[in-house]
Amino acid sequence: MTDSPTVERIKQHVSGNDVMLFMKGTPVFPQCGFSAAVVQILNHMGVKFGSTDVLVDPEIRQGVKEFSNWPTVPQLYVKGEFVGGCDILREMFETGELEEFFNQAGIEREAV
Amino acid sequence: MKRLERIRLALDEALSPVELEVIDESHLHAGHSGAREGGETHYRVVVISAAFVEKSRVARERLVHALLAEEFASGLHALSIKARAPNEQP
Repeated sequence: MTDSPTVERIKQHVSGNDVMLFMKGTPVFPQCGFSAAVVQILNHMGVKFGSTDVLVDPEIRQGVKEFSNWPTVPQLYVKGEFVGGCDILREMFETGELEEFFNQAGIEREAV
Repeated sequence: MKRLERIRLALDEALSPVELEVIDESHLHAGHSGAREGGETHYRVVVISAAFVEKSRVARERLVHALLAEEFASGLHALSIKARAPNEQP
């Protein structure tokens, strides 16, 4: 079975960025509070990430929900693996797990 | 039955929670993407259940999502989930 063009595009995003965020809006102008919260966490930790605005791409918006069997956006992927949405990232950040997770995944971070 | 009650019922039946709180936050998102006339789009749940023991965060949320698949298919737009096992600290 071959992947649909949408799945191919999602895979390219995910494999092309060690840290990839599917979100609503852009990191500079998030269009949703949950997306904004994830951007804020990543920026705070100095993590560089790629992002796609699902609001301007309806196929990706629908496709990414099916891709990870996860019904909502934002969605964060690290080294190809789905990590979670806003709640999970927020909890992981608050407990310090996210810090450890990025370190173990070998994600480069800038001093902030 | 309103969506709030359906969510509550579905989680209550499937997870036998020791604590379950379902909050409609749709009014906080009025006018945003995903908000609809009449609300019933944005919810927050806090659920403490033995069903979450030994499960990862992603697995816990997937379990809740699966139980509410019909709601997501019918306009539920955002669901903030706090899912804990009974022996875990808040």
